[in-house]
Amino acid sequence: MSAVMITRKVRKWEKLPGKNTFCCDGRVMMARQKGVFYLTLFLIIGTCSLFFAFECPYLAVHLSPAIPVFAVLLFLFVMAMLLRTSFSDPGVLPRALPEEATFIEMEIEAANGNVPAGQRPPPRIRNVQINNQIVKLKYCYTCKIFRPPRASHCSICDNCVDRFDHHCPWVGNCVGKRNYRYFYLFTLSLSLLTIYIFTFDIVHVVMRKYQTHRCIVWPASPETGFTVLEVLVCFFTLWSVVGLTGFHTYLISLNQTTNEDIKGSWSGKNRVQNPYSHKNIIKNCCEVLCGPTYPSVLDRRGLMQDISPVSATSATLSSSSSVNPVPQTTKTTAPLIPNEHTPDDAKPNIAASVQASPSPKEEHPSASKLPPLASPETDVETSIAKDKTH
Amino acid sequence: MLPCFPLTFQTNCNRYMGYKTHSLQDMRQQAAIAAKVFLQRDYTNGTVCQFQTKFPSELETRIDKQQFEETVRTLNNLYAEAEKLGSQSYIEGCLACLTAYTIFLCMETHYEKVLKKIAKYIQEQNDKIYAPRGLLLTDPIERGLRVVSCALVFAVARIFRLLRSVTYK
Repeated sequence: MSAVMITRKVRKWEKLPGKNTFCCDGRVMMARQKGVFYLTLFLIIGTCSLFFAFECPYLAVHLSPAIPVFAVLLFLFVMAMLLRTSFSDPGVLPRALPEEATFIEMEIEAANGNVPAGQRPPPRIRNVQINNQIVKLKYCYTCKIFRPPRASHCSICDNCVDRFDHHCPWVGNCVGKRNYRYFYLFTLSLSLLTIYIFTFDIVHVVMRKYQTHRCIVWPASPETGFTVLEVLVCFFTLWSVVGLTGFHTYLISLNQTTNEDIKGSWSGKNRVQNPYSHKNIIKNCCEVLCGPTYPSVLDRRGLMQDISPVSATSATLSSSSSVNPVPQTTKTTAPLIPNEHTPDDAKPNIAASVQASPSPKEEHPSASKLPPLASPETDVETSIAKDKTH
Repeated sequence: MLPCFPLTFQTNCNRYMGYKTHSLQDMRQQAAIAAKVFLQRDYTNGTVCQFQTKFPSELETRIDKQQFEETVRTLNNLYAEAEKLGSQSYIEGCLACLTAYTIFLCMETHYEKVLKKIAKYIQEQNDKIYAPRGLLLTDPIERGLRVVSCALVFAVARIFRLLRSVTYK
């Protein structure tokens, strides 16, 4: 049965490895599990809707119209920051293409020298000196790269993320270099919004009851039932969100990530100090919050050729029934090894004489054809190393 | 430190098939075999994007060391300019924050502007200096700002012509 190759242009996000979901033709990038993110949205929008519906009319009339206006602005800012954190690329590092991966493997081989049979090869670590501190760069077996400093592999999204902070299920995405400041502004503005709603709920209840009864009486009306609900939600949210904001303020002032804090990288037990800190709180804050906005290095919306085989018999069958319109435009001379040098025209196939086996496409970093340098011992080591780092 | 190892055609090879017919030894196409050299990042000053200026030994026969280091140094300066923490980046950051970052929907960030400059510079260098010597620099943004890859292009037709001239003497 002969196979017929179909080439079609697809966006690169469709072929990206990793466990992300993409929307809006690659413009939106999120983790796979979005349930908790929907809960976050529901809680914020729900509570704010109740506030605007029941408290704001009364407060606007009896206190000041600026109160709901400020609440609306704050709510819009919170939503903007949340969506920005959830939908943007956190700083994912693209996996190494096959030739880069092979190059790195050869460098490692050369550095290790001859390993006696039966012995495990040494762990793949590169030492670099950053601001007079020795920092170890670990090798990522999934992405086939030496991770840059402060990068870490997220096992939930299956990507290496630059300046990895943590994977936040509440926003449904990793928090990394590119979206950390949006995440921080989200927690900060959400704290302010929660405190704001909490305060004005209490004010509203007190004012209403004092006005009607000239003394504080426990409410019995349905509107105040909603107020109680809002107060409860705000009360429980307050403790967690304000605490989180405080924690991240502390991390920013020291220019540390949550990942480094948890692992105790700069806790000082080895007298190793944070080489990335400017030793000045203001400078650290400015760098993290007002630094340059890094572009995404993951090309999601670029176009690439996708070659998929379709069996000839099914093609002829379907062409007769005219259900599948594809076989009529099939190219039979698709290039076997497309890469960045391949012109767009189809090239004649040399196949057998040139290549023993089909090599992976340049654009598709499947990297399944690497020279088998990993022995069974290193596979075990890989899984242990993966568990430790993830 | 890049260890010196001999360039082999089996490793680090990319091939593409050309359309030109060649009368020599029934070759119907002209193949260009590219080997690649990768310049790694230099982390001595932190996580700022800088590349190592160490001259790879594989390029010794192709290009002048000074020229190559000059190119890499200019690239490093451009990246440093993109990531500079100065008044411009602070003003941009504060203004963007006040507009809830919606301003980036209509405005290009400073970093993106410099990236365009870098892309233009690399293309210019390729056209003027590297392509005539059979080299091709790839923009590091296409490799996740991890490496600058330099492809060494060999035209097989040239090699066969050389072999033929040696055989017929």
